[in-house]
Amino acid sequence: MTIDWSWIADHTDDLTTLTVSHLQAALSAVFFGLLISLPLAVVAHRVRPLRGILLGLSNVLFTIPSIAIFVLLLPVSGLTRTTTVIGLTVYTLVVLLRNTVEGLDSVPAKTKEAAKAMGTRPLRTLLTVELPLALPVIMAGVRIATVMSISLVSVATYIGDGGLGQLFTDGFQRNFPTPVIVGVVLTLLLAVVADALLVALQYALTPWKRRRA
Amino acid sequence: MIQFDAVHKRFPNGTTAVHDLSLEMPEGGVTVLVGSSGCGKTTTLRMINRMVEPTSGTIQVGGKDITQQDAAELRRSIGYVIQQSGLFPHRTVLDNVATVPLLLGWGRRKARSRAAELLETVGLAADTGRRYPHQLSGGQQQRVGVARALAADPPVLLMDEPFGAVDPVVRTQLQDELLRLQQELSKTIVFVTHDIDEAVRLGDQIAIFRTGGHLVQCATPTELLARPADDFVADFLGAERGLKLLSLTSLAAVPQAPVPEGGTWTLVLDDARKPVHWASKSEPDAQIPVRPLKDTDSLLSALNESVASPTGLIARVDADGVLTGVSSRDDIHEHAGNAHTEARVAA
Repeated sequence: MTIDWSWIADHTDDLTTLTVSHLQAALSAVFFGLLISLPLAVVAHRVRPLRGILLGLSNVLFTIPSIAIFVLLLPVSGLTRTTTVIGLTVYTLVVLLRNTVEGLDSVPAKTKEAAKAMGTRPLRTLLTVELPLALPVIMAGVRIATVMSISLVSVATYIGDGGLGQLFTDGFQRNFPTPVIVGVVLTLLLAVVADALLVALQYALTPWKRRRA
Repeated sequence: MIQFDAVHKRFPNGTTAVHDLSLEMPEGGVTVLVGSSGCGKTTTLRMINRMVEPTSGTIQVGGKDITQQDAAELRRSIGYVIQQSGLFPHRTVLDNVATVPLLLGWGRRKARSRAAELLETVGLAADTGRRYPHQLSGGQQQRVGVARALAADPPVLLMDEPFGAVDPVVRTQLQDELLRLQQELSKTIVFVTHDIDEAVRLGDQIAIFRTGGHLVQCATPTELLARPADDFVADFLGAERGLKLLSLTSLAAVPQAPVPEGGTWTLVLDDARKPVHWASKSEPDAQIPVRPLKDTDSLLSALNESVASPTGLIARVDADGVLTGVSSRDDIHEHAGNAHTEARVAA
């Protein structure tokens, strides 16, 4: 398998566009996933009976094959970016929801009690005590969801989207390996860089976790 | 003043935590709630800032029924210190202390300068403020807990076994500091502990609880030690309660005499006339250490010193540590006996 370097040189603009589009799809999914998971996780954390139902539901959604989700969404949102993002978002829920609930569970009871006893109201306790302390566990979920979404975007090639995934179909149909290899390398790079950035973000957001005495 | 009136607390699982409690906790005084675990002392404390709501009865703080106030606002007006400090691990020490001032809307700058002031009050170095709780020792964390409770200068301070998780040496230091602070601040303090010695040291008034949430006796430490209400209280106070009573009486009234001349043992002084040790004339190498006592020290320490002294004499010093005279074992004994009789008669 040889790489046609001139093809790469000729297609830098296309590759850039595809990479940006790929990343946009993945990050949108994580963003919307968080937007949905955070409130649901708070509910699941506080209302015990709902916890099993919500976590179970996210598990069920996760087991639907990815292509099937896109097909099911076609009548609703058609062959659009929206379909891609909705599909990917559904998959992020399982990790984001579970990790956020577990993150909230991991906040020491003593700390929550201290906040209450100091006269902190519940919403402020959630925002300034519980979520910051749950952040390391939530971020672990965000990292998995991000990497997972970056790898899943390619599946949306079936509905005409798919970012770098289009390189796979292109190379496969023409029996020309270069785009496939480039697509794989760029996807991997995206995943690695995104993950590193998230690690850096977490480091910046959790100053109390540094300089362990 | 905090006033409990026929307060009852039954938990949903049917256990009665507090049974028909009527109790007054005087303003500016330390009320210690003691008892074995499950006796309702912590529940009693937590009802004061509405962390637990009573099933029936009323509680007033400063003449106002606490149920008539917003719970969060009430809590901001009451300092709260818990075991293992309950500090916020994600906030710096300074921001931990500034918690209540920030909730009260003081603004960050003012809240932080107040917090820095308090770190000094509780004996912590200024650079402690920039650190995180996990970087401090248990004793330091406990001090931060006290500083945080004092931040908004609340008239009432609730302390739930605050020194339970630190070693005995640090605990004694923290108790001393609390007594020193209390002399300056005169807060109405409610203090929960299961350690009777801690209760005797800190309390102006001690309330002893029995399992099932019954208040058995509430009295000053002297009264309690001299006249326990029943066998339960007597057992709780322990076999050495006679000696504990002596820990509450000062040495000041015991007469002093000049250091006697002659005899085998002489009290060696340094140039500033501070006692150094006892030296033997017959055996020049023999030296027995001396712990000089001030007027504020207790009869119990005097008794202890006189037993350990080769002459039965204790060295008495002034506030600067300069020798003022000696007191004999007999005089100390006599005063110890008197202290008991007086406490019994007065109680």
